[in-house]
Amino acid sequence: MAIAPTEIETSPEARNEDYLWTLNFGPQHPATHTTLRLVLKLEGERVVDAIPEMGYLHSGFEKIGEHLTFNQYVTVTDRMNYISPMANNVAWHHSVETLLGIDLTPRCTYIRTIVAELARISDHLLSNGAVGLDTGAFTFFLYAFYQREVIYDIFETLCGARFTNSYTRVGGVSQDFTPLVIEKTRAFLKTFPKTLHDMERLLNRNRIFVDRTKGVGLLTKEEAINRGATGPVARASGVTRDLRRDEPYLAYSDFDFQISCASAGDCYARYLVRMQEMRESLKIVEQAIENLPSGPVDVGIDERMALPTKKQVYSTIEGTISHFELSMSNRGFEVPCEESYAAIEAPNGELGFYLVGDGEDQAYRARCRPPSVLNFAMFPHLIRGHTLSDVVAVLGSLNIIAAELDR
Amino acid sequence: MAVAQSGSTGLELPENVVVSRLDELASWCRKNSLWPMPFATACCGIELMATGAAKHDLARFGAEVFRFSPRQCDLMIVAGRVVMKMLPVLQRIWQQMHEPKWCISMGACASTGGVFDTYAVVQGIDRFIPVDMYVPGCPPRPEQLIQAIIDLQDKIQQEGTRTGREFNTHQRQDRKRALVECPEILSLDASRNPNLQRELSNSVTKTN
Amino acid sequence: MTDSAETKEPKAVENPHVAALNEACGPVESSTFRGQQRVIVPAEKSLDALSLLKASGFDLLVDISCVDYLEYRGAKHRYGLIYLLASTSSNQRLTVRVFVDDPEPTVASVVPLWEGANWLEREVWDLFGIRFTGHPDLRRLVMPEEFTAHPLRKDYPLQGRGERHNFPVITRDHS
Repeated sequence: MAIAPTEIETSPEARNEDYLWTLNFGPQHPATHTTLRLVLKLEGERVVDAIPEMGYLHSGFEKIGEHLTFNQYVTVTDRMNYISPMANNVAWHHSVETLLGIDLTPRCTYIRTIVAELARISDHLLSNGAVGLDTGAFTFFLYAFYQREVIYDIFETLCGARFTNSYTRVGGVSQDFTPLVIEKTRAFLKTFPKTLHDMERLLNRNRIFVDRTKGVGLLTKEEAINRGATGPVARASGVTRDLRRDEPYLAYSDFDFQISCASAGDCYARYLVRMQEMRESLKIVEQAIENLPSGPVDVGIDERMALPTKKQVYSTIEGTISHFELSMSNRGFEVPCEESYAAIEAPNGELGFYLVGDGEDQAYRARCRPPSVLNFAMFPHLIRGHTLSDVVAVLGSLNIIAAELDR
Repeated sequence: MAVAQSGSTGLELPENVVVSRLDELASWCRKNSLWPMPFATACCGIELMATGAAKHDLARFGAEVFRFSPRQCDLMIVAGRVVMKMLPVLQRIWQQMHEPKWCISMGACASTGGVFDTYAVVQGIDRFIPVDMYVPGCPPRPEQLIQAIIDLQDKIQQEGTRTGREFNTHQRQDRKRALVECPEILSLDASRNPNLQRELSNSVTKTN
Repeated sequence: MTDSAETKEPKAVENPHVAALNEACGPVESSTFRGQQRVIVPAEKSLDALSLLKASGFDLLVDISCVDYLEYRGAKHRYGLIYLLASTSSNQRLTVRVFVDDPEPTVASVVPLWEGANWLEREVWDLFGIRFTGHPDLRRLVMPEEFTAHPLRKDYPLQGRGERHNFPVITRDHS
């Protein structure tokens, strides 16, 4: 796996300098961002260039997508951005339902919105927690992890799994909300703001943290757009693009919330944007829980997309037919021979799936558009000129998840 | 560890003295201070972090520090799928760890390849690395990982190190064979040992 | 060649882009499905078409990927490259499709237009084998460098051809 330095695009200063010290950072390294590799060229402590390498977790997700049905593949999408798996599930089925042309029931859109926002809180907690951990703030990391355990408890009550939930199905979700889930969510909404406030008090004006992250990893607005950044990384540089407001999907148009943006574009701005997004997510969850519409969660039987309930199967002819059509292996969904792309605002950025259907219930091509790839590709640009200790701060602030990066 | 009231020596031990075998003592020390090296690649890595975090605290079991350097650890926890690009790295890290060392394969992907039967994922790291403990689950709950560490501790206590011959315990070694076969001497007290009695009487009769 | 006016919901906003493309690069096919506008551009004109689109407001490159139509019923070309574009100012999206064929699928690289295309094109090269002329650094991204096949092609099996287990075994006695 040796890289010949002359063959790779490096900055002009780094190309022919023999005195620069090469440090291999990863793929197994203490920062909590799993399998990434950076080859850093250092002059003393200053990073002259960084060559990122990925692929150490490439598992062939897109090839698997061609062999699994839509409802089976949702288990694989869990394992992409594994710190907010619910968001991946929602994204996958959002694209599938766009391809199939299904409209969801109101209750289902609200439920999916709630779980997507809880996943966003979970993701930002871990992302900021990792920034804290990598810069030395261990207490912040433990607070964040404890709150994530509370969210895991809600998810476990809802669908049985702490994470890797595989919660959504074509046309609906696998389990409806029970009163216990709603009660736990309400309890979380009561206790979380105080903890968030405590966490902010730990780091927001902490001299060491601010010095380590302010002015580090600057990304201007034009560069962010040119390099394809989306999500908190772009919004912290002034790009006011958020799919929840620009292309509303699910039930976001019913809620009143703000988009968090900053203009500085450094690590500190990204940290603040994520903290603020957590507060906005809390607002959305609160509004959704209070106004949760009643009614069926899955689409109706006539659509032949979602499995009917047992009562419907045994007592109505449509239920029986629908169950038969969906369960028999040579039948299944009616998938148009077309291509479509649909994206949601995942916690990390724009997560979309480009689906090519060919009439069978397995996708012909399931391409995942990962936000982490473009974020990681920006890394050399952000780190040039900074010191070695800034490498972890910048890497943490970009929130690169290796499984989403490599798929 | 036994408090020996050895009948043969007839020693009486005061209360603050413990007698044990050296290898059991060493195994006890090693099992209760396993320092894990997290080789966390994917989703199981998050559950590993959660096991080390506040709610399920792995430090209670002696795994106090998650050292990321292979030179400072004795337990490698492979958490997550290992792809073929990563396997040489895994092997190199395993070779860099010092003896005694153990390996836990956490999760379905590390044990068998999991859901990913694809061109890139190694179907089980035990094809290429010696593994001591497998934890099923996708991902395993923190409680499962803690149970695996407890089971590994039992295994260490029973077996000691796999290759360690440093204590020369006679169960694991071949019995040394003397040049001249001597009957076993069970006790130095001739009245309870017929063999010794016979020997002594033989030598007495010979000299006579 | 179908003009966008023939689709069910002619969107007045997309027409200018398609019309501009029609003028600059010759006739382009366009269609709409589920509210998404798609345009097919010939491979040799792809860089011009994309520069035109970037200049007319599509400043965000969302994704570059590829579809291998080997087993698709009714496919005329083997590889379909897909460029997903979006505009941050007007929130429009556009999908540009470029078809290339075996034996030497080649297309112009759009790295001069969008820096984010660098790694996306490397990934398409790695997984499909489509060369991008003008790319500053075209080498494998996700597969190891010694890997020889292009895995996401339809004629490559899901379980691979044995590369994944082609490694030395370390046992307890060795380590």
